[in-house]
Amino acid sequence: MKNKIRIHKYSMILIGLIVSLIWIYPFYLVIVNSFKTKADIFNSTLGLPQIPTLENYPTAFMELDFIQSFMNSFLVTGGSILIIVMFTSMAGYALSRNPSKTSSGIYFLFAICMLIPFQSIMIPLVSLFGAVDMLNRTGIAIMYLGLGSSMAVFLYVGAMKGIPRALDEAAIIDGCNRLQVYWYIILPMLKPTTVTVIVLNAIWFWNDYLLPSIVINKEGMYTIPLKTFYFFGEYSTQWHLALAALVLAIIPIIILYVILQKYIINGISDGAVK
Amino acid sequence: MNFSKRTYWLFLFPTLLALLLVLIIPFGQGIYYSFTQYNGFEVSAFVGLDNYKNLFSDDQFVYSLWFTAGFSIASVIGINVIGLSLAMLVTQKLGRISTLFRTVYFMPNLIGGIILGFIWQFIFLKAFTGIADLTGLDIFRGWLSDTETGFWGLVILFVWQMSGYIMVIYVSFLNNVPKELMEAATIDGANIWQSFWKVKFPMIAPAFTISLFLTLSNAFKVYDQNMALTSGGPFGSTEMVTMNIYNTAFKVQEMGYAQAKAILFLIIITFISVLQLYITRKRETEL
Repeated sequence: MKNKIRIHKYSMILIGLIVSLIWIYPFYLVIVNSFKTKADIFNSTLGLPQIPTLENYPTAFMELDFIQSFMNSFLVTGGSILIIVMFTSMAGYALSRNPSKTSSGIYFLFAICMLIPFQSIMIPLVSLFGAVDMLNRTGIAIMYLGLGSSMAVFLYVGAMKGIPRALDEAAIIDGCNRLQVYWYIILPMLKPTTVTVIVLNAIWFWNDYLLPSIVINKEGMYTIPLKTFYFFGEYSTQWHLALAALVLAIIPIIILYVILQKYIINGISDGAVK
Repeated sequence: MNFSKRTYWLFLFPTLLALLLVLIIPFGQGIYYSFTQYNGFEVSAFVGLDNYKNLFSDDQFVYSLWFTAGFSIASVIGINVIGLSLAMLVTQKLGRISTLFRTVYFMPNLIGGIILGFIWQFIFLKAFTGIADLTGLDIFRGWLSDTETGFWGLVILFVWQMSGYIMVIYVSFLNNVPKELMEAATIDGANIWQSFWKVKFPMIAPAFTISLFLTLSNAFKVYDQNMALTSGGPFGSTEMVTMNIYNTAFKVQEMGYAQAKAILFLIIITFISVLQLYITRKRETEL
């Protein structure tokens, strides 16, 4: 019996390892080939580099305007997350503490809006924001607040159920106003949900292509996905440069993932399940 | 103690304003534009239902709908079968290595569709040719050069990307199945197969609802991966409905017509989601 269990365990581990190898093989190939010369990739894609070279990287780095694109992505993602966390947690707080027909109505409105796919509103959205000269970063942050609000509000309203009302009441009796209660008591207690909201939205905003591609029209404001896309269009026959660019685009994400993987995986599962 | 009326609206104001500006007003405008001839700047004519009538004789649009439907069905099956299998695998008592497995399987999810699309373009075009040269298997030749390999290329990419995500959802449900329940089933003489289908499966039924809902709506809305992997080619034969809408709007500049497509797209997605939720919820209670 014990042997049988052990065999079962090791065969499972073996299967897991094989699947893992298949899963990371595409990344492996991209990374290995990014250290090859153009001719080397052409001659042998699967093998190791004949003479490993680093020279693809400086060119890719410059052509991607890596530092600028990175900062653009960082500003868009960071700014949008900041306002989405602030405003939707406030909204969730207000909704959950005032059970009324109005609150249910608003909650229902958020639910309905969740069903609208981006493609159905993107044309008028661009016209509307274009008309008031808001096709810029601030505009993008407002768009993300609108598009991401339903999910975030649901998560915050759900989390508010676990925070006793007596807590706000005690604070108000002690002389706090609502904003102080929110800032000093509620927001810190919502921290686990905030982590979930940040994780879900960070993955979305950082990687998003379609929305920035129709909103951003100045090359200096391109985010990493946009820049990679245009770069790839120009250099698609030059795999050595294109692959180095892909590796550069992936590295920040992988580093963050390795550091924060516990939060990320928990955040994802909470976001989907709750 | 409730909020005062003023504070209540003050707290809700920013989010509601954004919802209004980003979703509600554009949605209303979108319905209006779908009945007009609109070039992005001005409405040149009100055409009634003409845009909608033209949809059905637009061969490329109808084709892209069917292509997307096929892609979604293949992806939903692939993602859920593989996602559930991976979840079963990493929830076995394997020790610390199962965390590593989880990390690896989930990884593609963190990277955007555009970059994943390019990675797989390289795999299909270069690495597959390398494999074909090495093994002499012709099945690895000519990927993405015709409709069929373009279709399966997209499915493979999307399954690879999403399976880890769906795995995470199944894992969180599998972990909630009480150990005593499984032990009781074993003591009562259930084999592995029976204890899965008769005990575990009904317990994780809600996970199916969530996963099917997520995969189906995500598959229908795929754009980035399509753009980066095949960009609709060859000759528009792998063009999905979102790309068709985008091209009509921003390349051909027929925004009114594109908006009619977008509204039909919304109706289809809503219909499928509601139907799917209804069916799985019903089955859930039957189990």
